[in-house]
Amino acid sequence: MRQQLLFHPASFQLKGAQSHMEPSLARYIWKHTKKQQLWILMIVVLSMIPYFMSFDLPKLIVNGPIQGRGFEQPGATQPFMRLHYNLPFIGEVLFFSGFQLGRKATLFALSLVFLLLVVINGLFKLYINTYKGRLGERMLRRIRFDLVDRVLRFPPVYFKRVKSAEVATMVKDEVEPLGGFIGDAFLQPVLLGGQALTAMLFIMVQNIWLGMIAVVIVVIQIVLIPRMRRRLIVLGRQRQLTARALSGRVGEIVDGIGAVHVHDTSNYERADIAARLGLIFKIRFDLYQWKFMVKFLNNFLAQVTPFLFYMVGGYLVIQGRLDVGQLVAVIGAYKDLPGPMKELIDWDQDRQDVQVKYQQVVEQFTVEGLIAPRIGALTIDDPDPMTNPLSAIGLSITDDGGAMLLNRISLQVKPGETVALVSTATGGAEALAEAFARLNWPDSGRIASGADDLLELPEAVTGRRMSYASSDVFLFQASLRDNLLYGLKHAPLTSVTYDGAAADQHRWNIDEARRSGNPDLDIRSDWINYASAGATGPHDLFEAVRRVLDAVVLSRDILDLGLRSSADLTRHTELARRIVELRAALRTRLEQEGLSGLVVPFEPGAYNKEATIGQNLLFGAAAGPELADRVLAANPYFASVLKQAGLDRTLYGMGMEIAEQAIELFADLPPDHQFFQQLAFMSAEEIPAYETLLQRLKNRPYEAVSENDRAMIVSLSFAYIEPRHRFGLLSDELMSKIVAARNRFYENLPPELQNAIERYDPAKYIAAATVMDNVLFGRVGNNHPDAPDRIRSILYDILDELGLYGELLNVGLDFNVGAGGRRLTGGQRQKLDVARALLKRPDFLILNRPLSALDQRMQDKVLRNVLQEARRDGHSPAIVWVVTNPAMAEMFDRVIVFDSGQLVEDGTHETLLAENGIFKELVS
Amino acid sequence: MLLKDEVGMLQRVPLFSGIELTKLKLLAFTSDRVSYSAGQILFRQGDEGDAAYVILSGRADILVDSDSGPIKVAEMVPNSIVGEIAILCNSSRTATVRAASPLEVLRIRKDHFLRLMKESPEMTIEILRVLADRLSHTTADLIDARSAK
Repeated sequence: MRQQLLFHPASFQLKGAQSHMEPSLARYIWKHTKKQQLWILMIVVLSMIPYFMSFDLPKLIVNGPIQGRGFEQPGATQPFMRLHYNLPFIGEVLFFSGFQLGRKATLFALSLVFLLLVVINGLFKLYINTYKGRLGERMLRRIRFDLVDRVLRFPPVYFKRVKSAEVATMVKDEVEPLGGFIGDAFLQPVLLGGQALTAMLFIMVQNIWLGMIAVVIVVIQIVLIPRMRRRLIVLGRQRQLTARALSGRVGEIVDGIGAVHVHDTSNYERADIAARLGLIFKIRFDLYQWKFMVKFLNNFLAQVTPFLFYMVGGYLVIQGRLDVGQLVAVIGAYKDLPGPMKELIDWDQDRQDVQVKYQQVVEQFTVEGLIAPRIGALTIDDPDPMTNPLSAIGLSITDDGGAMLLNRISLQVKPGETVALVSTATGGAEALAEAFARLNWPDSGRIASGADDLLELPEAVTGRRMSYASSDVFLFQASLRDNLLYGLKHAPLTSVTYDGAAADQHRWNIDEARRSGNPDLDIRSDWINYASAGATGPHDLFEAVRRVLDAVVLSRDILDLGLRSSADLTRHTELARRIVELRAALRTRLEQEGLSGLVVPFEPGAYNKEATIGQNLLFGAAAGPELADRVLAANPYFASVLKQAGLDRTLYGMGMEIAEQAIELFADLPPDHQFFQQLAFMSAEEIPAYETLLQRLKNRPYEAVSENDRAMIVSLSFAYIEPRHRFGLLSDELMSKIVAARNRFYENLPPELQNAIERYDPAKYIAAATVMDNVLFGRVGNNHPDAPDRIRSILYDILDELGLYGELLNVGLDFNVGAGGRRLTGGQRQKLDVARALLKRPDFLILNRPLSALDQRMQDKVLRNVLQEARRDGHSPAIVWVVTNPAMAEMFDRVIVFDSGQLVEDGTHETLLAENGIFKELVS
Repeated sequence: MLLKDEVGMLQRVPLFSGIELTKLKLLAFTSDRVSYSAGQILFRQGDEGDAAYVILSGRADILVDSDSGPIKVAEMVPNSIVGEIAILCNSSRTATVRAASPLEVLRIRKDHFLRLMKESPEMTIEILRVLADRLSHTTADLIDARSAK
């Protein structure tokens, strides 16, 4: 996959982004698939020819070659494939006189034709089903995309009222049945209607009165059944709404799980969910009852017609007004009527069902004030800087409840100016910041950039030349890096060249996307706008990233994350390449500072007292499940190594000792006792099991103990560290035996375990271990209380000296922040949000109480850094900062004070302090 | 020094002398063995108290800040406990403790110590007794100091 810079036309519009949604499903389908619908109809009609031919053929085979009609004379032949037709006006025309074939030959020939027809019919069916399926799937893709496209264009106020899980369930589940219906939407009624009409016509021709009976019954069906279905539609709508509400509630429980536990309301939630499920059950059961009721009635009506035929027709025959042949023909023809009728009615039910679903979804997605498609149109080229002042003109904003947040505010922020917005509790400065960020739309008045209404500017301008960060941070479930660079991904900037199979796949992707009205933008292109971060490409972007992370004081946290995670060696090759150098540097530095005792290094031929016995035996990091902690003792190869080394009995005895000690110490404690954190050998839940095991094994000789029990006991010894647990179980002899066992283990390692373990090698990077473990390549002594902190700060020093600091930061940036960023602390999330806003190097930086989770000292520090970083390299953006503490306003050129939705003071810090107004009151 | 030796040492600390052996063993097991070299600081005056220390071997100086720099007010020898006041009353450290020689201590974490007190009335009474004893000494010292004026 190669990437190169794209030279696109300046902008192009998303196709398929209409301003309103088609309320009728039938019209929506017809509009987008009429060509395909007509094509498939044609194919179906064509498929009828071999289908009807295959009906006629069995008769020909039985009557002809099998029963011998036309072959009465021995050696008689019959023409095969003779083509002749009676054409109007011309008379009989012979196209082909056929082959003359004998009886057996005719049998084989006709049978082969039958087989051929079977194949042709099957192929037609395959083609038609595939075509219909693909048509449906494309439509489903189109409608889902249309829906999400609309979500992206909803006005901000909409999102205050809607639950995300409900929107998701609409896009995912509620439109799903549409896919199955679309292929049959027009085909089915035409086909079945045609069949039903033919049968009806035939009956009419036989006898007008019996025909009338059939017509009356059909009319009753057509009138009555849909009436009864109205209730079904109502129920169907209720089912959809209740199910949607359910998924909304489930989403709420997941998002608000903390609140549920904090307030002991889990049973309230259980009751709520049970009540909803009860309601859904009731609706669904009602639905079934009605459905089967309708079905019953339908079947009954279909069956009642033959009854009338027998009775009325029979009566007419007896009276002599109808001959028997006609009656039999009518009854025969009627056999073909209920089938299509029933399917037609089923189709109608499906139609209503999906129409209801579709309408429900469309209603939810029909919103006033949708953002025009041109606002979010894809723009490749970067817009010009915003050099005009940003102004609020007579701006009023009310909240959802109608309370006035801002009352006819007018003010102007000039380019390059730094402004602190100070606000009393009901001031409204936050609403102003949101309005600048277009997250809150004015009720009256407007926000303008120069002469343009801000809301009319394309997002390509506001999203690139302005940035916004607030206390309410949203992070995507992705790596720190992805979240940080998210603000730079405006457009695909490179065109990726694909080779071979990937190229075919890419062509297919584009083709299919277009057929479903989806955009064909390549997600694998490089979307990162390096220039906007002041970089020229991937190689120097990291410098910019590092600067903004330093500015928000987040680098240290990310380094720590990097140390604790295992590095992806495909990305961070430098770390692996220089690991030996790094280990040596750490060793030297510790010696220089007289701290060598802090870390006991791993040495291939020596026992490491600060590591567990298990670690000393394995002397490697488990890279697979086979040799992981819990199952290590049970691994047959590992057990055999212990036996050969003469360690099996020793470790068993040791395990017994540990079990006794642990149980003596801990057996009386309640399982939630905090002391259990100190017990490395077993968990509180395992204590009773070990207690009984100990009772059972106490006086039993080693030979009589089962493999399983041995493994359970031996595994206790693996967690033992002498200096920490101090049971006095480790002797010099044992240590040398363990080292010997270690060597034996690696000498004969079977091939299936080769990939399950990475041996500690002073010259190699261990991919399965954390960066910290790799650099230490040893264990921190247990008896130095502040060792981890000291080592960490020494380590950061060394990384800086060796130029690997950035590499580690990069490893830390791989950290996945979790759903909504919840694996980070609130403060870290806010810092990341500010860093993201800074990285863009905007003309207007809007910050809305961005650091509220931090203490004041840290807020001041970050504020100072941010002001400095934003102005680096002669850049001078305007900065509008809604401050949490009025004292922070001192750092800004200008201070604007809000109270009760009014702008009450505006001036420099000094002038406002001198004025004895609200600001002075707030500061003091 | 093994766990059982530490338990023996703990038994000789007056504060713990009345406590049953299994409890002491648990206390020793859940505490950290920490070593300091001469001159290293265990904790500083004003720090938040998070642990008490039982001296196993070596000596430590207790220093109090004054205008003319730190003054040594006492010396701790093996079998003595230091730092227990701050973890009992949530106050900050009233003095600095510095190792005067290579020092081996048992570091008892605050939450473990309090938990053990909750579960062992004998220990709590013993601690009360020691504290009351100290208080009466301090009172006597105070009276002496006042009358000496």
